[in-house]
Amino acid sequence: MIQEKTVKYKSYKASERTATIFSYLTLIIMALIWLYPILWIVLNAFRTEYNNQGDLIGVVVSHYFPKQLGLENFVNLFTKTQFLTWFFNTLFVSSISFVLATMFSLSVAYVMSKLRFKLRKKILNIAIILGLFPGFMSMIAIYYILKALGLTQTLFALILVYSAGAGLGFYVAKGFFDIIPNSLIESARLDGATNSKIFTQIVLPISKPIIIYTALLSFTGPWMDFIFARVILGETNTRLHTVAVGLYYMIYGQRVDSNVFTMFAAGCLLVAVPIVSLFLMMQKYYIEGVTAGAVKG
Amino acid sequence: MNKNTQETKHPSFINRLFQSLSQSLKKGFSRLGKSFQRFYDRFRDGSTGTKVSHLVMGFGNLTRKQYAKGILYLGLQIIFIFFMVSSPVVNSTPFGWKSLGNMITLGTEAGDLFNPTDNSMLMLLFGVVTVGIIAVFIIVYLSNIKSSYATDLRLRKGKEPTTFKEDIASLFDSRFHVLMLTPAMIGVLIFTVLPTIFMILIAFTNFDSDHIPGQHLIDWVGFANFAAVFSGTGEIAVRFVPVLTWTLTWAFFATFTNYIAGILLALLINRKQIKFKKMWRTIFILTIALPQFISLLAMRNLLSLYGPINSALVNMGILEAPIEFLGLATSATTARITILVINLWVGIPYTMLMTSGILMNVPADLYEAAQIDGATRRQAFFNITVPYILFVTAPYLITSFIGNITSFNIIFLLTGGDPVVPGYKAGQTDLLVTWLYSLTIEESDVSIGSVIAIFTFILTATATLISYRRSKSYKEEDAFQ
Repeated sequence: MIQEKTVKYKSYKASERTATIFSYLTLIIMALIWLYPILWIVLNAFRTEYNNQGDLIGVVVSHYFPKQLGLENFVNLFTKTQFLTWFFNTLFVSSISFVLATMFSLSVAYVMSKLRFKLRKKILNIAIILGLFPGFMSMIAIYYILKALGLTQTLFALILVYSAGAGLGFYVAKGFFDIIPNSLIESARLDGATNSKIFTQIVLPISKPIIIYTALLSFTGPWMDFIFARVILGETNTRLHTVAVGLYYMIYGQRVDSNVFTMFAAGCLLVAVPIVSLFLMMQKYYIEGVTAGAVKG
Repeated sequence: MNKNTQETKHPSFINRLFQSLSQSLKKGFSRLGKSFQRFYDRFRDGSTGTKVSHLVMGFGNLTRKQYAKGILYLGLQIIFIFFMVSSPVVNSTPFGWKSLGNMITLGTEAGDLFNPTDNSMLMLLFGVVTVGIIAVFIIVYLSNIKSSYATDLRLRKGKEPTTFKEDIASLFDSRFHVLMLTPAMIGVLIFTVLPTIFMILIAFTNFDSDHIPGQHLIDWVGFANFAAVFSGTGEIAVRFVPVLTWTLTWAFFATFTNYIAGILLALLINRKQIKFKKMWRTIFILTIALPQFISLLAMRNLLSLYGPINSALVNMGILEAPIEFLGLATSATTARITILVINLWVGIPYTMLMTSGILMNVPADLYEAAQIDGATRRQAFFNITVPYILFVTAPYLITSFIGNITSFNIIFLLTGGDPVVPGYKAGQTDLLVTWLYSLTIEESDVSIGSVIAIFTFILTATATLISYRRSKSYKEEDAFQ
């Protein structure tokens, strides 16, 4: 009987081991699949292959690994396109709009979470319904508004568009503030602190995760959006493109040039490196935000 | 079984909807009545200053030596009246009272060589803005009366009127919410509410590729655009049902494939025996961090006719010749399946991240209790871990379904809606939102686009409201407090 048990135990262990090996295999295969397109962009950025005439081949080619590596794509990117201008445009827009957007969204979130006033529940409901109207559905309307204000064709318009609606994106942050115990706030009140003091000196210092989460999303937003930037700033004025718009037009614009794909990849790499590193550095806060947002529902 | 419960719930839900609708209507009317009553009461009971404030704003405050406040109110009234009467002209279109008339006619002057045509859309926009300004003014007007009346009450109780300093200080304390909400609300009003109302109104006009504002006059057409989308055999109506069907199919499969696969991946990484958990997670987070226009355009090119995936498949003997997977695919099914597969690549990491967080939070006492009851690990997994995850992530399923209905990037960047249906503007992979984008931005059929926008909005709003009102966080908002 004892023998039987050990046999069972052994087979259990063996099956455990196969399961582990199988798990590792699955993970490795999946990781390869997930890295495959990303690595491809990186490789293309450095791909410098030439045809018989000695011209750079920039098209999509069927072999995954380049036969020759070099920096010519980057050189072309800086000398033949306005990539640097696009990059600084985007940096400018995102640096300003992330400050504004973070302020808007956090202040609304805090008010909705911790203060009680007459129209609170109404505003909350309206905000949720308004948030459902996808922004770009009213893009044409926004375009007209900006035009009436004489603001289209300026980066300022883009800043307004990215930050003005941020007040509606308070939901995740509200979930965070909800968890801060009311007793903390009440005891501060008893000590005579005003509401503004409580917010700036008690709540904000312990809200680092949600501040970083909100700031991260609003900073990276302009680097990823090309719908609004495209409609508001138009196609013709290339000096006003953001990186997303500029790079998109490089390969899918009116003047399509299929021979610039490797240059496009070089541009993508230069955008991706700072954004991805920012994300990875702030990973912890991002994960916290995503989990909180999802579970709150 | 699920179906049954849904069927039985359905009528009662509609009943409840109507009940709550009629209730809120009743409430609204009684509230309106009450506020008129209050308005009258304040006029009757107020001091002379308050009475005059009904006509000259800030007068009550001025007689109480609340100069700053009084001048502010008076100034606002003067500015408002000046704005309404003078009807300032911007881009040769007037604001003010003239814009109210323009809003109804949408312009009457067809242009000639020397005069530009009335810009109907600017007229409509300015009309909406003016109505908004009037609404804001009414709120300010009522607050002027309220403020004067509040001072009356203070005096009657033998207190001093509040000073301007005190009023400002209250913004940082008892009325802190006003200070905090105002900037955000102004932003939302101008860039969300105003455009939304404007867009809804456009749905009732004939703003399309044949009627360009500034070149042609645009008219109100009632429900003609709605009829063109929802009935008949017109170009739009014929494609509407297929696009809607594909949108819902896409949202369903995209949501569930990502959900299940993401949870499985999270469970896999979370296995005790797996080392370097953080590294595995980071690999998948890379996808989230990478801007979508980069990753999706990379995918599109990877899968192109001369791309590496085609050549690899041909070399392995899986394909005989390279095929088009996406936009130019010969069959819609190929393109659709490819999109769904790519969407797995995009979406699994999100679900994985979320589930990983939840897995760490499964209450440990549940496992302890199970262990005491002699449950095996397998039993604990299927009876505790799985139900817990499903329970906690249920709301996420609904939000992600709604998110998928309006997911724009993936379709736009991968196929742009193609493969095309010959003769029609909506392609085989077009979702409602990408269709509406190409209608409004590329084809300038803005009014039809607006109808589709309204429909999409109603679709998502209904789903959200139902799920939101049922969700715990709404019912038990104060659970933590």
